[in-house]
Amino acid sequence: MLSGILALIALASLFGLVLGFSAIFFKVESSPVVDKIDSLLPQTQCGQCSFAGCHPYAEAIAAGEAPINLCPPGGENTVQALADLLDVEVLPLDDIDEAEQGPIVAIIIEDICIGCTLCIQACPVDAIVGAAKQMHTVIESECTGCELCLAPCPVDCIEMVPVKQSIKSWRWPQPQYNANNKNSETIYTTIQHVLAESRLS
Amino acid sequence: MSEYFLLLVSTILVNNFVLVKFLGLCPFMGSSRKLEVATGMALATTFVLTISSASSYLVNQYILLPLEIEYMRTITFILVIAAVVNLTEMIVHKTSPMLYQVLGMFLPLITTNCAVLGVALLNIQTGYGFFESIIFGFGAAVGFSMVMILFASIRERLAAADVPEIFQGAPIALITAGIMSIAFLGFSGLDKGLN
Repeated sequence: MLSGILALIALASLFGLVLGFSAIFFKVESSPVVDKIDSLLPQTQCGQCSFAGCHPYAEAIAAGEAPINLCPPGGENTVQALADLLDVEVLPLDDIDEAEQGPIVAIIIEDICIGCTLCIQACPVDAIVGAAKQMHTVIESECTGCELCLAPCPVDCIEMVPVKQSIKSWRWPQPQYNANNKNSETIYTTIQHVLAESRLS
Repeated sequence: MSEYFLLLVSTILVNNFVLVKFLGLCPFMGSSRKLEVATGMALATTFVLTISSASSYLVNQYILLPLEIEYMRTITFILVIAAVVNLTEMIVHKTSPMLYQVLGMFLPLITTNCAVLGVALLNIQTGYGFFESIIFGFGAAVGFSMVMILFASIRERLAAADVPEIFQGAPIALITAGIMSIAFLGFSGLDKGLN
């Protein structure tokens, strides 16, 4: 019993000492700007800014690679504080859904359509079917989302809607690393860099 | 040599930690929504599991057994694993910033993962030696990584699939995990030569 307690205390203090010393010995100097920005962020590490946590986001802000309005948990207050610190303009909080705009197609609201055929003449890909005085409709698979049919419609019955991604249209995201854009660094490119780094040294 | 190979295959496929032993389910469900995050988690877990199975064997062999305090095993292992992982995190941060970028965020999270403690305790229970412990830990980690990456890939596609409303989100993910687990039962019995 006693030996158990003593051994655990000894082990814990040994590890405590080792960790304490290594915290000093392996201390990594981080830039004071990044630290200041990081202290303003809410530290929820939620990743909604598309970075791996608050500190990586702070680094990206400091490097000028990310706008200051990507933090939903922080809200307007964080954006305001960041704007004050960095002396830049306050931006409205970014709505993430709007940022990812995929392809769009036209749809005709059939209750309003008067069958004037004007949009059929405007469509460059013949994606609208219908006849005079008959309701028209859009063939979604043909529509290119060019919006040319919007202007001629006299009753404004055409709307552009985003195409919902389906299992048929789903693709792996394209790799998009390039030297100028460190933001787009993926885990795979990072691993390649680590390997290259270890080969050099 | 062939025993080691058999042990490795057995821990990766037959006794897969996630799908057969149901350990480490929190990262399996929690961080498998994006393939990239899942890969980072898998790499970090591989790292931690291998290190922790080696260090826990050493602590058990040279501290717990001579002092006859085996009943302190669980709490000592928690202490050792937490300390070793924190130490490696600091060393990695200092020596390779790139590697830290991949693993850094995950390392402290994994310290409290049940699979890590599970590997350490199972090593002692089954009476593995030093190298066997390391291979067992590494195999468990490779199995974890494989399942993690498979599951994340499936979930990325599931996000775009036309799932009935009541099954959307967590339910379909849990059903998928169950089907994967059934599929892995197909490997059972392959490691008969081991015992």
